[in-house]
Amino acid sequence: MTDLDFSSLATALPLLLRGLWVTLEITIVAMAAGILWGILLALARISGQPWLAWPAAFYVNLFRSIPLVMVILWFYLILPQVLRRLFGEDIGDIRVICALAAFTLFEAAYYAEIVRAGLLSVAQGQMAAGLALGLTRRQTLRHVVLPQALRNMTPLLLTQAIILFQDTSLVYVIGLSDFFGMAYKIGNRDGRLVELLLFAGLVYFLLSFAASQWVRRYSAKSA
Amino acid sequence: MAGYHWHWGVFLDQVPSGETYYWVWLLEGLQWTVAVSLSGWVMALLCGGLVGVFRTVPGRWLSRLAGVYVECFRNIPLLVQLFLWYFVMPEWLPTPWGDAIKQWHPLTQQFLAAWLCLGFFTSARVAEQVRAGIESLPAGQRAAALALGLTLPQTYRQVLLPQVARIILPPLTSEFLGIFKNSAVANTIGLMELSRQAQQLADYTAQPYEAFIAVTLLYLLVNGLVMLIMRRIETSTRLSGSARGGHD
Repeated sequence: MTDLDFSSLATALPLLLRGLWVTLEITIVAMAAGILWGILLALARISGQPWLAWPAAFYVNLFRSIPLVMVILWFYLILPQVLRRLFGEDIGDIRVICALAAFTLFEAAYYAEIVRAGLLSVAQGQMAAGLALGLTRRQTLRHVVLPQALRNMTPLLLTQAIILFQDTSLVYVIGLSDFFGMAYKIGNRDGRLVELLLFAGLVYFLLSFAASQWVRRYSAKSA
Repeated sequence: MAGYHWHWGVFLDQVPSGETYYWVWLLEGLQWTVAVSLSGWVMALLCGGLVGVFRTVPGRWLSRLAGVYVECFRNIPLLVQLFLWYFVMPEWLPTPWGDAIKQWHPLTQQFLAAWLCLGFFTSARVAEQVRAGIESLPAGQRAAALALGLTLPQTYRQVLLPQVARIILPPLTSEFLGIFKNSAVANTIGLMELSRQAQQLADYTAQPYEAFIAVTLLYLLVNGLVMLIMRRIETSTRLSGSARGGHD
């Protein structure tokens, strides 16, 4: 076993924090946008309209059948060309945009399944009662069913967000320096790869573990 | 997409060295994806089953140890785990072993790391399914078996686990699908599995869309096959009148 030397961590900290910020940025944007898009997909799937339900089902099943690595690579193949066509050659580093788009559209498929299950978990009588009271279908959905469903599925949505937080490390495949990518680069540069990888693993573990304990406590309290 | 020259015949072209054809690269990628996923799955079922059982046995320290196992593998990103197996493990083994591993063919090293990574990662998830399955059984099952004079191992093997296996088949299917998708991370340490072949084909042929579409279709194919096989197993092992009805 080689001797560990964590001294390069101290000087690397500012860079690591910058990487962590990229990680959190992707996590938060993909979570917020992914949940919104996921809700729309779920509503489309249970709408009873084939021209809405089928494309939504196709979208969800397609994204759930492909590895995330492949999805990121696809977006990195297509988006730069599209953006260049739209905005000219001078568009700077678009890897962040690629990552945001890939994660949002990918996670939406998983969020859609959670939301759909949540919507179906709300008792049928709620919809009937809303309609009987003179609300339209849309009003009942928005003011009666969705709020209850969202509360039911909050723990699952948060758990999915923790998985998303861990999965953002896969932006490594397009060379983006998130927290993990930064740790790996610094480790290579300083010849301290073992230390930096161990440190990265520890940080991910602590953050994910703390978050999952919090979700567990939160869902026990709200149940 | 205007200006892109589609050339689907690219897979029939020879690779630059002239030794083989591009479609062979695709098949080799598929082989590595399947090989690392299946071998990882065997390990995940064995370790996951064992750890899942440990989580439910009476006696604190064993179940707590199993809990630590699950939390460790669940809270560290798959990619970080892969890099730990690939770069850190050889440094931490006794020096002769570590040096021996570093002498291996790179492909063997990559496969070993990917196999351990996928196997352990998935085993923690399988363990949670097994635990949930055991806990979902009525407590009377265990009590009755013990009261009849079965030992604890016998109770698990002959009473609890046969029921659990059937209950957790659907979630295990999605874990099985998951290990195939997760195997794409091995791309990052250079294992020539499907997603890596997609990149290599794109680099060599300058026909990225054909390569990516072909690889994506192969992933969908594997996905469909796994679902088909698991559904078969599910129907053939179903018991009529069991807790999860056999009448549909």
